[in-house]
Amino acid sequence: MRLLAALALIATLAVPAGVLAGVDKPVLEKASKGPCIAPPEVMRREHPDILKHQRMITVHEGVVGAKVSLEKCVACHASKTTGSVAASPQDFCESCHAYAGVRLDCFECHASRPGR
Amino acid sequence: MNPTRRQFFGTTAALAGMAVAPGLLLTEIRQANSETQASSKVRWGMLVDTTRCVQGCTACVSACNTENGLSGRIGPDDSQWIRKIELKEKTTGRALSLPVMCQHCAEPPCVDVCPTGASFKRADGIVLVDRHLCIGCRYCMMACPYKARSFVHEPLHDQKPDVPRGQGCVESCTLCVQRVDRGEGPACVEACKAEGREALLFGDVNDPNSAISRRMREAGAKQIRADLQLDTGVRYQGI
Repeated sequence: MRLLAALALIATLAVPAGVLAGVDKPVLEKASKGPCIAPPEVMRREHPDILKHQRMITVHEGVVGAKVSLEKCVACHASKTTGSVAASPQDFCESCHAYAGVRLDCFECHASRPGR
Repeated sequence: MNPTRRQFFGTTAALAGMAVAPGLLLTEIRQANSETQASSKVRWGMLVDTTRCVQGCTACVSACNTENGLSGRIGPDDSQWIRKIELKEKTTGRALSLPVMCQHCAEPPCVDVCPTGASFKRADGIVLVDRHLCIGCRYCMMACPYKARSFVHEPLHDQKPDVPRGQGCVESCTLCVQRVDRGEGPACVEACKAEGREALLFGDVNDPNSAISRRMREAGAKQIRADLQLDTGVRYQGI
């Protein structure tokens, strides 16, 4: 009986919490326009650093027309249904950030919808 | 410097670049662009002709609100980037109406007091707030002799794509930096022109042949609180 209980316990612990809770994989809607500025594996890992570096250049040096631009990210990645990158849990930025458990605060100030 | 030493520094710099963003060298990003940059050869300024500014007209204020996505409310918790001020000289009864906004000082007190470097002056003289660095302490608001800055108290929604604004940050007139960088003039100047008044003139005060420099030379241009010696970029004619 004890052995059975122990085995059951081990079995329960062996199942990853994610599977039990049923956490969905992020939905990555396909971008509306052409190729990204870097391959997906680079963008996935490096996009915070790339954007952080660019923001100093754009804001302080007044550089316009840079290759890296949050506005351009939004223009390509806005959802076809909500028109935003962070309005619904399925939107491009929001879905991945929710999955990774990283707070997404860009869009407290920046527009999450493409401009004109 | 001998070649080996130079090579060493070159390699170190390249490696440092890779450490920030492997696969996408940051130096490469900059070089690959056909980009424009704020230059210190230019100093953007504005001349307000108070003799042409009309009492009751708020075209500049409305244009500013529309361009920058401000609510237009004027409560104590609302952002105002430009205000119309009505003045009256008591002895003569002479009335004046003029817009007052961030004066884009060459020696900005807001920049002096900012503890994080969020308040800064661009190479072309435009004084801005980097909201990424602003912690909302509001020292700059106290330091500004023109009361030009506002604090955003409530969360904002539906900001303009080229004018990011948000709760917890201080903000003020940017001389419509997004338009200036596109080669246009500020929204208030355009609106004043559209009203047929042309009380506002925008241009490069470093260039002696620009319209603004010529007008300042011929008609004179005063600073508000010139005694503070802040060398403002916004000047007034007829006060």
